Amino acid sequence: MTEPLLRVRDLQTYFVTERGSGTARAVDGVSFDLYPGETLGIVGESGCGKTVTSLSILRLIPEPPGHIRPGSLIEFEGRNLLTLAPAELRAIRGNQIAMVFQEPMTSLNPVFTVGDQIAEAAIIHQHLSRKAARARAIEMLTLVGIPDPAETVDHYPHQLSGGMRQRVMIAMALVCHPKVLIADEPTTALDVTIQAQILELLDRLQAELGMSVLLITHDLGVVAGQADRVVVMYAGQVVETAATTELFDRPLHPYTEGLMAAVPRIDAPKSRLQAIPGQVPAATAWPSGCRFHPRCPHAWTKCANEEPPLLEGGDGDHTARCWLVQEPGRRKPRPETE
Amino acid sequence: MTAPLLDVQNLVKHYPGRPPVRAVDGVSLTIAAGQTLGLVGESGSGKSTLGRTVLRLQEPTAGRVLFESEDVFALARGPLRALRRRMQIVFQDPYSSLNPRMTVGRTLREPLEIHHLAAPAQMEARVAALLDEVGLDAAFAARYPHELSGGQRQRVGIARALSVEPRFIVCDEPVSALDVSVQAQVLNLLADLQQKRRLTYLFIAHDLAVVRHIADQVAVMYLGRIVERAPAAAIYSGPRHPYTRALLSAVPDPNPRAARVRIVLSGDIPSPAHPPSGCPFHPRCPHPKKNDRCRTEAPALRVVSGNPAHFAACHFAEQPM
Repeated sequence: MTEPLLRVRDLQTYFVTERGSGTARAVDGVSFDLYPGETLGIVGESGCGKTVTSLSILRLIPEPPGHIRPGSLIEFEGRNLLTLAPAELRAIRGNQIAMVFQEPMTSLNPVFTVGDQIAEAAIIHQHLSRKAARARAIEMLTLVGIPDPAETVDHYPHQLSGGMRQRVMIAMALVCHPKVLIADEPTTALDVTIQAQILELLDRLQAELGMSVLLITHDLGVVAGQADRVVVMYAGQVVETAATTELFDRPLHPYTEGLMAAVPRIDAPKSRLQAIPGQVPAATAWPSGCRFHPRCPHAWTKCANEEPPLLEGGDGDHTARCWLVQEPGRRKPRPETE
Repeated sequence: MTAPLLDVQNLVKHYPGRPPVRAVDGVSLTIAAGQTLGLVGESGSGKSTLGRTVLRLQEPTAGRVLFESEDVFALARGPLRALRRRMQIVFQDPYSSLNPRMTVGRTLREPLEIHHLAAPAQMEARVAALLDEVGLDAAFAARYPHELSGGQRQRVGIARALSVEPRFIVCDEPVSALDVSVQAQVLNLLADLQQKRRLTYLFIAHDLAVVRHIADQVAVMYLGRIVERAPAAAIYSGPRHPYTRALLSAVPDPNPRAARVRIVLSGDIPSPAHPPSGCPFHPRCPHPKKNDRCRTEAPALRVVSGNPAHFAACHFAEQPM
């Protein structure tokens, strides 16, 4: 098998909270691999640590209050990004690993034209002249499907719609042809018809440019359509990983299963949804044992006391952080109605 | 058939400007007692403006709203206040719609006091009963909004709406800000309360899958107008308006094996200050039959596909796409 492009091992990113309520263990021992050309989806709800994971990769965590703990490893092409000198990291950030954020309005600088912002990375990393960089910006705007690119290049962000701004963000991220694109909820702030446009665009660009995409999202529908493999996060940990079809066919972790049952579906008639009881615990006080056990319909004493590791279950690369993998007999049948 | 609980007739809401913003541009709809109408649209479609104008939280430009046969826009202050007891709203963002300096208990007591719905001695018990009804422990009465999770806040927002015992609630994107597992809890709660209290909902949402789980009827809005309206089953299985078809096809399907036929619309939603001529959807419409008529003549909302309850505003609603 090919070598992963990006290896994350035992990533721990903690935050010291203001009011002395303790340390928030936002990301608490996360490991995964990103292979060349694939789309890896990281899915989870608010507070699961998916965004902190993505920010940690490029060391964009504000320090303080945050810090990446010693022992964490983020390896890109054999080099640990966490121990690189600032100048070495800058040569990678925005150049070989680029990022698209959820909210294009707050991520774009309102006082520079979109052309200037797209050109900046090309000038810094590829030492293009201003003129060449501008031509490159127009080329990128064309690539991401912006109408009248030669005109739009001189527009300011406020003159563009939300969908167009997200296209500009993508153009900025891709201007240096990165090997890895981290897309953090790239369509969450967009209307559904605009979301469809952006997802199509990402598909096309990935096919054309051959990059790897790390797609962070809360939306199982987006993951199902875009990702080759999926990492499910809960309470700062990876709770399940599998190929996308395998995950949706045979979810092993009760949290994954619960999420899938809770998603409203357009093809189901008017009906009650299967809700997951309770709520996500606070990052300052993760539950003992399995962190999902207070909300889990199958939990028994072992779950409250012993934290399960990621266990291999089923085919090949399917793992789940759940004791049920070892003791499937303890799985309770799903109630007909709740 | 009995008169509908809510009867909206040709409602118009323009915001002043040059040109004016035509947020709601001639909407008619009815909701029968005990039913849920899902009102679907993207940003700028006018769906929230419609919800607020129906409750007269803002004054209309033209049109009529009858609630239990009473003309909402003709009421003087006193009777309007009495009517507000029967019509309530739950907002999208429970954080900005709850007063951060008031405890949950005080937030829930206030409407009871204003409308003289409970004697001071019963107040605590009433607040506890309301909290219980939305699935919160009575101890929540002493908490402040910042101490609650998003789902808990939304439950408080629902309890506040219920406190005056309304018959009708406008739910304006009530679950859009919530995570999927909590969203399901709140949707189920709304469905349970509807059963128990025989409530009527106008359920506003941009998410067609959410609406699928709660609505009996669905209306789709685009640029201030309703472009399609039908019983939920009919609209999901046989959408007639090209915009509805595109919207449904764009919803990401949580099934990786689904055959994906995504109709990707080109362009953005035009500004409601500059709606296109003719059919407001024509510049983005992917319908193969689209022609000059679409550019000049606004299609009327008419019965389509032989179902007297299925309406669409498209000249070519019967043609395949």
